[in-house]
Amino acid sequence: MTKEVLRVEHLNKFYGDWQALHDISFTLHQGEVLTLLGPSGSGKSTLIRCLNGLEDFKSGAIYFKGQKVETNSKNWQELRQKIGMVFQSYDLFPNFTVLENILLAPVKVQKRPEEEVKTEALRLLKRVGLEKYVNSYPRELSGGQKQRIAIVRALAMHPEIMLFDEVTASLDPEMVRGVLQIVTDLSQVDHMTMIIVTHEMNFARQIADQVLFLENGKILENTPGEEFFKHPKTNRARGFLTSMDF
Amino acid sequence: MAHSAINVFFAGNNFSRILQGLWTSVWIAGASLIIGLILGTLLGILRTLPNKIIRFILRLYLEFFRIVPTIVLLFLFYYILPRTFHINWPASWMAVLAFSLWVAAEFGDIVRGALESVPLVQKESGLALGLSRVQLLRYVLLPQAVQLELPATINLATRVIKTTSLLMMISIMDVVAIGQQIIEANNQKYPTAVFWIYGLIFFLYFIIDYPLSKWSKQLAAKQNR
Ligand SMILES: Nc1ncnc2c1ncn2[C@@H]1O[C@H](COP(=O)(O)OP(=O)(O)OP(=O)(O)O)[C@@H](O)[C@H]1O
Ligand SMILES: [Mg+2]
Repeated sequence: MTKEVLRVEHLNKFYGDWQALHDISFTLHQGEVLTLLGPSGSGKSTLIRCLNGLEDFKSGAIYFKGQKVETNSKNWQELRQKIGMVFQSYDLFPNFTVLENILLAPVKVQKRPEEEVKTEALRLLKRVGLEKYVNSYPRELSGGQKQRIAIVRALAMHPEIMLFDEVTASLDPEMVRGVLQIVTDLSQVDHMTMIIVTHEMNFARQIADQVLFLENGKILENTPGEEFFKHPKTNRARGFLTSMDF
Repeated sequence: MAHSAINVFFAGNNFSRILQGLWTSVWIAGASLIIGLILGTLLGILRTLPNKIIRFILRLYLEFFRIVPTIVLLFLFYYILPRTFHINWPASWMAVLAFSLWVAAEFGDIVRGALESVPLVQKESGLALGLSRVQLLRYVLLPQAVQLELPATINLATRVIKTTSLLMMISIMDVVAIGQQIIEANNQKYPTAVFWIYGLIFFLYFIIDYPLSKWSKQLAAKQNR
């Protein structure tokens, strides 16, 4: 039995009067990959952003390693050091070089020695094949390269969970594979615990241990990965897979 | 001989007096800019906070300095404030005070605008990395804001330098005031001195302000590309 890392219980989220997430509950264990699927506007981004405090929620609870998360900003700031996130838009800081982007949080937030983090950063850059861009500025890089560095930047914090929100959605098709390969490696080699929002169905099928299928802010299915793709339980999920050419 | 009116520069210590006047203008502008930019940065940051009361007060402050003509501001700081509050500072300090508060108001607005136009995802990815609000501001938002606000800031600086020509109205011996003294003193001897003196003053302002204004235009063009 692997350890529980994240548990969400009866989470309800509102934008003004409008309810964006309804009674969301699920559990994520160490080393597991949870994939959030669902049509556009179903609340995937909203949910993933609730998990690191970028969005607040009205009721329900989040447990991180068995501890209930106190949703004040101080506490979220602590917790975000353990929950890495990569966004759809390439979000490197344009005023810093690649290396400075990676060093910033480990050195300033975690107060780790700069030399140690630098060695690690170079090793991670090598791993994603970008060590020669260590002193480049983000504007000199392609979207795919930036996205790989954003992943490295998050990993340099030694997170216990990684959140990925459609990290390949704005990339040129030929860039997509490289980024997905890195995410796959993270799961297979490092056994990283991850929550992934994606529209790449082949990738999702290959990597998902568990699929949450969302529609209109509700979980319609919470199914082991393989089974969701072979035998979706709901008509909605079946329709969704068909619409994704799957 | 009319054409030798240029000699007015070299009569007595006229030339060094003009330079001295220029220096007065330059240090008042410089000190006001330094104080105003620091204060303005703070005001700009405060204006991005959610607190409505702070934002409202700072907004009023900005509007006040925007609406009141600078000359009125100078009179207020030179004639009225010292009397009401029994402050006994030299005129040039009162001028620095008035100009600094004006620069702070305008620059605060520039900083606020620049901070607000840094893309939201920059802020969110900083937060997602665990940066505190202060770290986010210091390492992510302000450096990016500086880039955005540079043209407007240089533009503000050129306006401040130009506006120093009003200093003579509160009896500060700036370059314009000294120029006028020289013209009046030499009216008999060099009737055309007025052209030369004002010509020189024009030239002095030009060589300070023109490169600044050119620089700001270049930066703005670069950003719009
Ligand atoms: N800041 C906001 N204010 C109000 N409504 C919002 C806000 N953000 C998202 N929404 C709404 O919440 C719903 C869920 O949005 P969300 O971005 O989570 O969807 P999604 O599943 O990620 O969609 P996509 O696949 O297009 O990214 C949408 O109807 C959206 O319009
Ligand atoms: Mg989304």
